[in-house]
Amino acid sequence: MAAPSRQEIFKKVQQALVDALSVEEDEVREDATLTGDLQAESIDILDIVFRLEKTFNIKISQEELTPRDILSNPDYVSNRKLNPAGLAALKERVRHADFTKFAQDPDIDKILDVFTVGTIVNFVEAKLAAAK
Amino acid sequence: MRWIWFDRFEEFLPGERAVAVKNVTLAEDHLHDHFPAFPVMPASLMIEGMAQTAGILVGHARNFTEKVILAKIKQAVFHEVIRPGDQVRYDARIEHLTDAAATTHGEIRCADRLVGEVDLVFSHIDQNISGLEFPEENFVFTEEFMALLKTYTQRDTERITL
Repeated sequence: MAAPSRQEIFKKVQQALVDALSVEEDEVREDATLTGDLQAESIDILDIVFRLEKTFNIKISQEELTPRDILSNPDYVSNRKLNPAGLAALKERVRHADFTKFAQDPDIDKILDVFTVGTIVNFVEAKLAAAK
Repeated sequence: MRWIWFDRFEEFLPGERAVAVKNVTLAEDHLHDHFPAFPVMPASLMIEGMAQTAGILVGHARNFTEKVILAKIKQAVFHEVIRPGDQVRYDARIEHLTDAAATTHGEIRCADRLVGEVDLVFSHIDQNISGLEFPEENFVFTEEFMALLKTYTQRDTERITL
Protein backbone atom coordinates (compact mmCIF):
# COMPACT_ATOMS: atom_id res chain seq x y z
CA MET A 1 0.00 0.00 0.00
CA ALA A 2 1.30 3.45 -0.89
CA ALA A 3 2.26 5.73 1.97
CA PRO A 4 -0.44 8.31 2.70
CA SER A 5 0.21 11.79 1.38
CA ARG A 6 0.78 14.70 3.73
CA GLN A 7 -2.71 15.94 2.90
CA GLU A 8 -4.23 12.57 3.79
CA ILE A 9 -2.38 12.57 7.10
CA PHE A 10 -3.49 16.14 7.76
CA LYS A 11 -7.13 15.20 7.17
CA LYS A 12 -6.98 12.37 9.70
CA VAL A 13 -5.12 14.49 12.24
CA GLN A 14 -7.71 17.20 11.73
CA GLN A 15 -10.53 14.74 12.43
CA ALA A 16 -8.80 13.48 15.59
CA LEU A 17 -8.48 17.06 16.85
CA VAL A 18 -12.07 17.96 15.96
CA ASP A 19 -13.27 14.93 17.94
CA ALA A 20 -10.91 15.35 20.89
CA LEU A 21 -11.26 19.10 21.36
CA SER A 22 -14.78 19.79 20.06
CA VAL A 23 -13.43 22.43 17.69
CA GLU A 24 -14.56 23.25 14.18
CA GLU A 25 -12.74 21.77 11.22
CA ASP A 26 -11.70 25.18 9.87
CA GLU A 27 -10.05 26.05 13.21
CA VAL A 28 -7.64 23.15 12.78
CA ARG A 29 -5.09 24.80 10.48
CA GLU A 30 -1.44 23.76 10.13
CA ASP A 31 -0.20 26.75 12.13
CA ALA A 32 -2.76 26.52 14.96
CA THR A 33 -1.15 25.81 18.34
CA LEU A 34 -2.75 23.04 20.38
CA THR A 35 -2.77 24.69 23.78
CA GLY A 36 -3.15 28.25 22.53
CA ASP A 37 -5.42 28.38 19.51
CA LEU A 38 -7.25 25.11 20.10
CA GLN A 39 -7.23 25.39 23.92
CA ALA A 40 -6.12 21.83 24.55
CA GLU A 41 -5.34 20.93 28.15
CA SER A 42 -2.69 18.42 29.13
CA ILE A 43 -5.22 15.58 29.40
CA ASP A 44 -6.43 16.40 25.89
CA ILE A 45 -2.90 15.78 24.67
CA LEU A 46 -3.11 12.22 25.99
CA ASP A 47 -6.53 11.79 24.41
CA ILE A 48 -5.12 13.02 21.08
CA VAL A 49 -2.15 10.67 21.33
CA PHE A 50 -4.45 7.68 21.88
CA ARG A 51 -6.60 8.73 18.92
CA LEU A 52 -3.54 9.09 16.67
CA GLU A 53 -2.23 5.69 17.76
CA LYS A 54 -5.54 4.12 16.82
CA THR A 55 -6.01 6.04 13.56
CA PHE A 56 -2.52 5.46 12.22
CA ASN A 57 -1.73 2.18 13.99
CA ILE A 58 1.45 3.60 15.54
CA LYS A 59 2.93 3.74 19.04
CA ILE A 60 3.82 7.08 20.61
CA SER A 61 5.83 7.08 23.81
CA GLN A 62 5.56 9.70 26.51
CA GLU A 63 9.23 10.64 26.05
CA GLU A 64 8.69 11.52 22.41
CA LEU A 65 5.87 13.81 23.33
CA THR A 66 6.96 15.60 26.48
CA PRO A 67 10.50 14.84 27.50
CA ARG A 68 10.02 15.08 31.25
CA ASP A 69 13.55 13.86 31.89
CA ILE A 70 14.94 16.92 30.10
CA LEU A 71 12.48 19.34 31.65
CA SER A 72 13.27 18.11 35.17
CA ASN A 73 17.05 17.88 34.76
CA PRO A 74 18.78 20.52 36.95
CA ASP A 75 21.68 20.62 34.45
CA TYR A 76 19.24 21.91 31.86
CA VAL A 77 16.76 23.96 33.85
CA SER A 78 17.01 26.78 36.34
CA ASN A 79 14.10 28.96 37.49
CA ARG A 80 11.86 26.91 35.18
CA LYS A 81 13.81 28.11 32.11
CA LEU A 82 15.82 25.89 29.81
CA ASN A 83 19.49 26.81 29.30
CA PRO A 84 21.14 26.47 25.86
CA ALA A 85 22.28 22.91 26.58
CA GLY A 86 18.73 21.99 27.61
CA LEU A 87 17.32 23.58 24.50
CA ALA A 88 19.76 21.62 22.35
CA ALA A 89 18.76 18.38 24.08
CA LEU A 90 15.11 19.20 23.57
CA LYS A 91 15.57 19.94 19.86
CA GLU A 92 17.42 16.68 19.46
CA ARG A 93 14.55 14.78 21.04
CA VAL A 94 11.54 16.60 19.62
CA ARG A 95 12.65 16.91 16.05
CA HIS A 96 9.45 17.88 14.35
CA ALA A 97 8.72 21.09 16.18
CA ASP A 98 9.84 24.62 15.43
CA PHE A 99 11.56 26.03 18.50
CA THR A 100 12.37 29.48 17.06
CA LYS A 101 9.77 31.30 19.11
CA PHE A 102 10.15 29.16 22.23
CA ALA A 103 13.92 29.80 22.24
CA GLN A 104 13.29 33.52 22.84
CA ASP A 105 11.69 32.69 26.19
CA PRO A 106 12.40 29.04 27.03
CA ASP A 107 9.96 28.88 29.92
CA ILE A 108 9.26 25.17 30.51
CA ASP A 109 5.66 25.94 31.42
CA LYS A 110 5.21 27.09 27.83
CA ILE A 111 6.66 23.98 26.24
CA LEU A 112 3.30 22.81 24.93
CA ASP A 113 3.05 26.04 22.87
CA VAL A 114 5.56 24.61 20.39
CA PHE A 115 3.10 21.95 19.34
CA THR A 116 1.08 23.05 16.33
CA VAL A 117 -1.18 21.00 14.11
CA GLY A 118 1.64 21.02 11.56
CA THR A 119 4.04 19.59 14.18
CA ILE A 120 1.74 16.66 14.70
CA VAL A 121 1.41 16.05 10.96
CA ASN A 122 5.23 16.12 10.66
CA PHE A 123 5.51 13.76 13.59
CA VAL A 124 3.02 11.25 12.18
CA GLU A 125 4.56 11.47 8.71
CA ALA A 126 8.01 10.63 10.14
CA LYS A 127 6.59 7.83 12.29
CA LEU A 128 4.86 6.23 9.31
CA ALA A 129 8.01 6.55 7.19
CA ALA A 130 10.10 4.94 9.94
CA ALA A 131 7.62 2.08 10.33
CA LYS A 132 7.90 1.08 6.69
CA MET B 1 -24.66 8.98 52.19
CA ARG B 2 -21.95 7.01 50.43
CA TRP B 3 -20.90 7.89 46.92
CA ILE B 4 -20.97 4.42 45.37
CA TRP B 5 -23.05 4.22 42.22
CA PHE B 6 -23.18 0.52 41.52
CA ASP B 7 -24.20 -2.43 43.68
CA ARG B 8 -22.03 -5.31 42.57
CA PHE B 9 -19.71 -6.57 39.89
CA GLU B 10 -21.03 -9.13 37.50
CA GLU B 11 -17.85 -9.69 35.54
CA PHE B 12 -14.27 -8.63 36.08
CA LEU B 13 -11.56 -9.45 33.57
CA PRO B 14 -8.42 -7.75 34.92
CA GLY B 15 -6.95 -5.19 32.55
CA GLU B 16 -9.76 -5.72 30.04
CA ARG B 17 -13.36 -5.48 31.06
CA ALA B 18 -15.66 -4.96 34.04
CA VAL B 19 -19.42 -5.21 34.20
CA ALA B 20 -21.20 -3.72 37.21
CA VAL B 21 -24.87 -3.73 38.09
CA LYS B 22 -26.91 -0.92 39.61
CA ASN B 23 -30.46 -1.37 40.89
CA VAL B 24 -32.43 1.84 40.74
CA THR B 25 -34.89 2.37 43.57
CA LEU B 26 -37.30 5.02 44.76
CA ALA B 27 -35.54 4.92 48.14
CA GLU B 28 -32.91 7.12 46.49
CA ASP B 29 -33.82 10.58 47.68
CA HIS B 30 -32.70 12.50 44.64
CA LEU B 31 -35.13 10.69 42.33
CA HIS B 32 -38.00 12.50 44.03
CA ASP B 33 -36.58 15.79 42.82
CA HIS B 34 -35.44 14.53 39.44
CA PHE B 35 -38.22 14.98 38.60
CA PRO B 36 -41.26 15.43 40.86
CA ALA B 37 -43.88 12.90 39.71
CA PHE B 38 -41.50 11.72 36.98
CA PRO B 39 -38.50 10.04 38.59
CA VAL B 40 -35.66 9.21 36.19
CA MET B 41 -32.05 8.43 36.95
CA PRO B 42 -29.90 11.49 36.21
CA ALA B 43 -27.56 10.93 33.27
CA SER B 44 -24.76 12.55 35.28
CA LEU B 45 -25.02 9.73 37.86
CA MET B 46 -24.85 7.12 35.12
CA ILE B 47 -21.62 8.76 33.98
CA GLU B 48 -20.44 8.52 37.59
CA GLY B 49 -21.45 4.84 37.77
CA MET B 50 -19.52 4.14 34.59
CA ALA B 51 -16.55 6.15 35.86
CA GLN B 52 -16.48 4.11 39.07
CA THR B 53 -16.75 0.79 37.21
CA ALA B 54 -14.10 1.77 34.67
CA GLY B 55 -11.95 3.56 37.26
CA ILE B 56 -11.69 0.44 39.43
CA LEU B 57 -10.81 -1.60 36.33
CA VAL B 58 -8.04 0.89 35.49
CA GLY B 59 -6.88 1.06 39.12
CA HIS B 60 -6.75 -2.72 39.39
CA ALA B 61 -4.57 -2.92 36.28
CA ARG B 62 -1.81 -1.18 38.29
CA ASN B 63 -2.61 -2.92 41.58
CA PHE B 64 -4.23 0.25 42.94
CA THR B 65 -0.84 1.92 43.26
CA GLU B 66 -1.75 4.82 40.95
CA LYS B 67 -4.15 7.61 41.79
CA VAL B 68 -6.72 7.19 39.05
CA ILE B 69 -8.71 10.35 38.37
CA LEU B 70 -11.47 10.88 35.84
CA ALA B 71 -9.91 13.49 33.60
CA LYS B 72 -12.22 13.79 30.63
CA ILE B 73 -15.55 12.62 29.32
CA LYS B 74 -14.84 11.92 25.66
CA GLN B 75 -18.42 11.13 24.84
CA ALA B 76 -21.64 10.59 26.75
CA VAL B 77 -24.83 9.82 24.85
CA PHE B 78 -28.07 8.45 26.21
CA HIS B 79 -30.80 6.82 24.18
CA GLU B 80 -33.55 6.36 26.76
CA VAL B 81 -34.43 7.11 30.38
CA ILE B 82 -33.88 4.82 33.37
CA ARG B 83 -36.64 4.63 35.96
CA PRO B 84 -37.07 3.16 39.45
CA GLY B 85 -37.18 -0.63 39.30
CA ASP B 86 -34.77 -0.76 36.38
CA GLN B 87 -31.49 -2.58 36.61
CA VAL B 88 -28.64 -1.02 34.66
CA ARG B 89 -25.39 -2.63 33.63
CA TYR B 90 -22.18 -0.65 33.25
CA ASP B 91 -20.01 -2.51 30.78
CA ALA B 92 -16.54 -0.94 30.69
CA ARG B 93 -13.61 -1.94 28.51
CA ILE B 94 -10.08 -0.58 28.57
CA GLU B 95 -9.06 0.80 25.17
CA HIS B 96 -5.65 2.21 26.05
CA LEU B 97 -3.55 1.89 29.17
CA THR B 98 -0.19 3.58 29.59
CA ASP B 99 1.94 4.76 32.51
CA ALA B 100 0.29 8.17 32.34
CA ALA B 101 -3.34 7.49 31.50
CA ALA B 102 -6.08 5.20 30.28
CA THR B 103 -9.12 5.44 28.05
CA THR B 104 -12.20 3.30 28.37
CA HIS B 105 -15.24 2.57 26.24
CA GLY B 106 -18.45 2.02 28.14
CA GLU B 107 -21.91 0.77 27.25
CA ILE B 108 -24.86 1.09 29.57
CA ARG B 109 -27.61 -1.50 29.19
CA CYS B 110 -31.02 -2.11 30.71
CA ALA B 111 -32.26 -5.61 29.99
CA ASP B 112 -30.92 -6.04 26.45
CA ARG B 113 -31.34 -2.45 25.40
CA LEU B 114 -28.41 -0.12 24.88
CA VAL B 115 -29.37 2.96 26.88
CA GLY B 116 -26.12 4.88 26.84
CA GLU B 117 -22.49 5.06 25.74
CA VAL B 118 -19.85 6.72 27.87
CA ASP B 119 -16.20 6.97 26.83
CA LEU B 120 -13.74 8.26 29.41
CA VAL B 121 -10.13 9.32 29.90
CA PHE B 122 -8.46 8.63 33.24
CA SER B 123 -5.21 10.16 34.42
CA HIS B 124 -2.64 8.51 36.67
CA ILE B 125 -2.13 11.89 38.24
CA ASP B 126 1.33 11.27 39.68
CA GLN B 127 2.49 10.72 36.08
CA ASN B 128 0.94 13.90 34.69
CA ILE B 129 2.78 15.54 31.82
CA SER B 130 2.76 18.93 33.51
CA GLY B 131 4.97 17.56 36.30
CA LEU B 132 2.57 18.61 39.08
CA GLU B 133 3.03 16.89 42.44
CA PHE B 134 0.30 15.44 44.66
CA PRO B 135 0.25 14.07 48.24
CA GLU B 136 1.89 10.69 48.59
CA GLU B 137 -1.11 9.05 50.24
CA ASN B 138 -3.47 7.36 47.78
CA PHE B 139 -6.58 9.43 48.34
CA VAL B 140 -8.42 7.68 45.51
CA PHE B 141 -8.09 4.04 46.55
CA THR B 142 -8.27 4.56 50.30
CA GLU B 143 -8.31 1.88 53.00
CA GLU B 144 -12.05 2.37 53.27
CA PHE B 145 -12.42 1.80 49.56
CA MET B 146 -10.25 -1.31 49.59
CA ALA B 147 -12.35 -2.73 52.45
CA LEU B 148 -15.49 -2.15 50.41
CA LEU B 149 -13.92 -3.78 47.39
CA LYS B 150 -13.27 -6.85 49.50
CA THR B 151 -16.99 -7.18 50.23
CA TYR B 152 -17.65 -7.32 46.51
CA THR B 153 -15.08 -10.05 45.99
CA GLN B 154 -16.21 -12.12 48.98
CA ARG B 155 -19.78 -12.22 47.82
CA ASP B 156 -19.03 -12.71 44.17
CA THR B 157 -15.99 -14.87 44.68
CA GLU B 158 -17.12 -17.63 42.36
CA ARG B 159 -17.38 -15.27 39.46
CA ILE B 160 -14.89 -12.59 40.27
CA THR B 161 -11.30 -12.65 41.35
CA LEU B 162 -9.90 -9.22 42.03
